[in-house]
Amino acid sequence: MAVATAPLRVLIGKVGLDGHDRGVKLVVRALRDAGVEIIYTGLHQTPEQIVATAIQEDVQAIGLSIHSGAHNSLFPRVLELLKEQGAGDVTLFGGGIIPDGDVPRLKAAGVQMLFRPATPMHDIVDFVKGLRVEH
Amino acid sequence: MNERKSRFTSLSGLDIERVYTPDHLKGWSVEQELGQPGTFPYTRGIYPTMYRSRLWTMRQFAGFGSAYDTNKRFKYLLEQGQTGLSVAFDLPTLMGLDSDDPRARGEVGYCGVAISSLADMERLFDDIPLDQVTTSMTINGPAAVIFAMYLAVAEKRGIPFDRLGGTIQNDILKEYIAQKEWLFPPEPHIALIVETMAYCASHVPKWHPISISGYHIREAGSTAVQELAFTLYDGLTYVEAAVKSGLDVDAFAPQLSFFFNVHNDFFEEIAKFRAARRLWAREMERRYHPKNPRSLQLRCHAQTAGCSLTAQQPMNNVVRTTLQALAAVLGGTQSLHTNSMDETLALPTEDAVKLALRTQQVIAAESETVNTVDPLGGSYFVESLTNRLEEGAQEYFGRLDEMGGMVRAIERGFPQREILDASQRYQREMEQKERSIIGVTDHVEQEGCPIPILKIGPEVEQEQVACLSDLRKSRDPFKMAGSLEELQEMAACHQSLMPSLIEAVKAKATLGEICAALKEVYGTYHEPVVL
Repeated sequence: MAVATAPLRVLIGKVGLDGHDRGVKLVVRALRDAGVEIIYTGLHQTPEQIVATAIQEDVQAIGLSIHSGAHNSLFPRVLELLKEQGAGDVTLFGGGIIPDGDVPRLKAAGVQMLFRPATPMHDIVDFVKGLRVEH
Repeated sequence: MNERKSRFTSLSGLDIERVYTPDHLKGWSVEQELGQPGTFPYTRGIYPTMYRSRLWTMRQFAGFGSAYDTNKRFKYLLEQGQTGLSVAFDLPTLMGLDSDDPRARGEVGYCGVAISSLADMERLFDDIPLDQVTTSMTINGPAAVIFAMYLAVAEKRGIPFDRLGGTIQNDILKEYIAQKEWLFPPEPHIALIVETMAYCASHVPKWHPISISGYHIREAGSTAVQELAFTLYDGLTYVEAAVKSGLDVDAFAPQLSFFFNVHNDFFEEIAKFRAARRLWAREMERRYHPKNPRSLQLRCHAQTAGCSLTAQQPMNNVVRTTLQALAAVLGGTQSLHTNSMDETLALPTEDAVKLALRTQQVIAAESETVNTVDPLGGSYFVESLTNRLEEGAQEYFGRLDEMGGMVRAIERGFPQREILDASQRYQREMEQKERSIIGVTDHVEQEGCPIPILKIGPEVEQEQVACLSDLRKSRDPFKMAGSLEELQEMAACHQSLMPSLIEAVKAKATLGEICAALKEVYGTYHEPVVL
């Protein structure tokens, strides 16, 4: 376990075409209040844009919000691009409207954590702050 | 006697007192504030007899998969006694992208039906008599293009445009504020909306060219007051643009329509509908002095609050939706969509949507709430709430005026920030257990309650991509390109676009191609990110 000196840097983004950013913005506010350095991408990002920003900003983790039903193609695509571009050590987590049945497959593919509707905000903050310990 | 809490508040944070008396309505007069149903200021309803003459339109929003899948769902809903159609488009369509666009990958047919061409639109309305149903289409950025496709389908079937009834949502301001599915920057887009208003006024008189929407503003986390204020102010912004373009207010205002959310706070929601009608009538009268009373009347559609539904114990959603639907009816809505219990998880199954429709039918047929107009009129509490919602909205009007109007306010992130702050307050209240949600904050069950979920397969996207490939091979490329050039010329010199759009869709230009051509002229919108 390394001693964390630099602040934890996390990219939070909206991938795909959906515009539901109510939840993700509250997550950004909560994480910033908890001292996490956040790079927020804004809406309608492609997996390519997400990964390029993550590498450029040298983040330790990427958190993606998806409310469009496209999670089964977008999360695996981001993981694939991260691996291709030598950034496979970046933690990927997410949240949104994700039916129970899809969760095991996405976790097996490498999505570290999926936060479901009505998750208490402190659960997300605790998870992200826990990433510091692992690094 | 001790009360359960030191302070009681509405869902939007208004203080609620123990009991309401005539003291709360000092200076309030029946003539000024209430009037008769069907007369100014329309607080009690826009028609003298309301549901005694005609019930609201039961209009379930539907769309998924391919045009063929959705056409089957439409026919099912009509068979079940639904009285109007309402189309949900998928996200690529809402963003003006074709199903085979790389950015559409994984999203085709998921949140609604995929429509990329006139051929898709013909399949969507196959065997549905367009002159006998009314059709509402939730489309904003590319609304004019989708409308052109609908008109082209009617033309092919020989149905005169003056027999078509329905609505396109076509409200771009709330996209910048809340729903975030945009295409062009505000100025050219508002001009395009005004063109559709002018075209409808002269060619499609029974069509509502815009549905000025608070629904998405509320879903993004606003209070009831903010929903009311921003929606009505958006409406006034469109009216101002149309009048400035030279249209007579009475030529288009009777066809304006509104769309509101119905959230959990029963009385606050009823008051919101009443305040909306009164405030709209007063503002339209004060600003534009229309001669036709219909220009003063706020007609609306309502939908129960999607954001109030919970993934936990989804059956509870049926109860929530029932209460919300009853509030919309007591508030005097003209049409209503009731959400299905499974909609936090996916698009609704046939059974879930039937139960949602039955909810409206039970209210209409069994509750006997439809026998008198505005049954809560004169209630000290409801009248007091109606006043406070109207006053709260007027305060926002003042601030928006000071900022130089809604477009300037959006550029500064004002409505976006107000909504985000309200949504954060609500989240905190919920986490601190000041607000209860059954199944989430209270009476939590560890075991999930699985319900059937509608699955959309990847074959929808594959079929759409194949269809588009065939379409592009089968069309006359010169005719198609010529139609897009003509369209760009018309757009550049601010001429009426609707005839050129109809020609372009008939020449088999796709939605994505048309929107890309228009973006070259109008530019694209870049959001000021508000955190």
